[in-house]
Amino acid sequence: MEDKKTEIAKEKTKLTKKDIFQTFIFENFQQASFNFETIHGLAFCVDMIPTIRRVYKSKEERVKALKRHLAFFNVTPAFCGPVVGITMAMEQGRSEGEEIDEGTIQSLKVGLMGPLAGVGDPLMWGTLRPILAALGASLALQGSWFGPLIFFFAFNGVRLGLKWYGLKLGLDRGLALVKDISGNLLPKLTEGATVLGLFIMGVLVTKWTTINIPLVVSRTTTGGKTTVTTFQQILDQLCPGLPALGLTLLMMYLLKKKVNPIILIFALFGLGILGYGLGILK
Amino acid sequence: MSILQIILIFIWSSIVGSGSVLDEFQTHRPLIACSIMGLILGDPAKGLVLGGTLELIALGWMNIGAAQSPDSALASTISTILVIVGGQSIGKGIAIALPVAAAGQVLTVFARTITVAFQHAAVKAAENANFRAIEILHFSALFVQALRVSIPTTLVAVFVSPDMVKAMLDALPKVVTGGLTVAGGFIVVVGYAMILNMMSVKYLMPFFYLGFVLGGYLKLSLLAFGIVGLIFAILYVQLNPKFAHPVKAVAESNQSNSGGDLADDELED
Repeated sequence: MEDKKTEIAKEKTKLTKKDIFQTFIFENFQQASFNFETIHGLAFCVDMIPTIRRVYKSKEERVKALKRHLAFFNVTPAFCGPVVGITMAMEQGRSEGEEIDEGTIQSLKVGLMGPLAGVGDPLMWGTLRPILAALGASLALQGSWFGPLIFFFAFNGVRLGLKWYGLKLGLDRGLALVKDISGNLLPKLTEGATVLGLFIMGVLVTKWTTINIPLVVSRTTTGGKTTVTTFQQILDQLCPGLPALGLTLLMMYLLKKKVNPIILIFALFGLGILGYGLGILK
Repeated sequence: MSILQIILIFIWSSIVGSGSVLDEFQTHRPLIACSIMGLILGDPAKGLVLGGTLELIALGWMNIGAAQSPDSALASTISTILVIVGGQSIGKGIAIALPVAAAGQVLTVFARTITVAFQHAAVKAAENANFRAIEILHFSALFVQALRVSIPTTLVAVFVSPDMVKAMLDALPKVVTGGLTVAGGFIVVVGYAMILNMMSVKYLMPFFYLGFVLGGYLKLSLLAFGIVGLIFAILYVQLNPKFAHPVKAVAESNQSNSGGDLADDELED
């Protein structure tokens, strides 16, 4: 009797087809709350809601899980499936007592999103859409309604396929991974994922941040030619991306000191407006 | 223009505006946005041709990473009205579309700044494990983007005066719009810092700096960086004495060996 009860209780914390389908629907609104601070942060949390609701029953665990997934996230929208799927599997594993810590989940997310965006952006925006749009536009110019129709249905067909099968792939692979987690593998996965995640974060800090300081430092005229040296050029010679790294480290420090992130956001917007007004930032 | 048409324009331009941020269904692309606008305005043939022409110009307008492209949504809706209702040529419509696309880009920067507040409200809701509130916040952020396109479009539809819209946009001080665009380039560092604080393990931080330096100097795709990062991760795990337990491994012989291989395979996936 007792066994049966725990069995039933356990069944209720397993992801159902309905949960997976609802996640798939949510995934189609991946950029609805696109914001400059966390890009898809809020969207990823919403993607995870069906999972969190299913696998965690105590309020404390739910709060922790929700907050965990409100963090920065960004990928080509059509390629979010694998990351969401694998994270669902990790959360289910964690709820069942596997020792998967927060850092591992975050690192996996970051480690996957960078490379996926690397494939997704050129494939969707640089290849698939221009080809279909050019085909559609040429038909439209001849006055044919097949132009917009082919573009709409072909693009969305591919996109929905990527979302659905990406999600399934991530989930299946993730569940297999969680099932095999034993002994030596878990700490290896944790450390390996963290190495990958931190490495990708380092790349993103310099690639996905734009700071330009065209402040003129010196102006030298030799033989009628004027050479202008800006602050940005000096920084780039030292190492590209230093202002972005400096700001990131400063924010990490201030957040650890419990400074409210809203204040940091306002301060950075202030910095942007002030810097632009004074001609220091562009 | 009839009341029904104005209502339909408002609804369709809201869908176009939502589409411009979602970038999923592609309703914000000129090919679709202009065609349906033409249908609403009673001249589908002109809408179709304008859509096709504008689409070819906008082929390269794409959002890469966190950056924004010129806004095809507002450009499509407003130029269709001016061509069909204002009786302008297709060429004139294109000429109007380009500055409107730039103005739309400014508006979307505003919208993406406003949605930072939605993100923070969601963090508050998460403290109470309020699923419903988080979902509502996420989806209502879409309305900001919908209104960003539908309000200017409907104003143009009612008054058929692009000058008025342009004057309104020009009234925004340049220092604020320019400043927000500049800040939009780096505000994301707060997001980076939060996630780094969550996953950072002090003794692994060198890998973060390694990524930063390589990212600054190497012109590789993010996929290639992913592979490089994965190789570092595998090397680190394989060479780390912490994971090598020679005595046990010998005792368990083959079985543990195959287990180890499996583990590495899984990591690669």
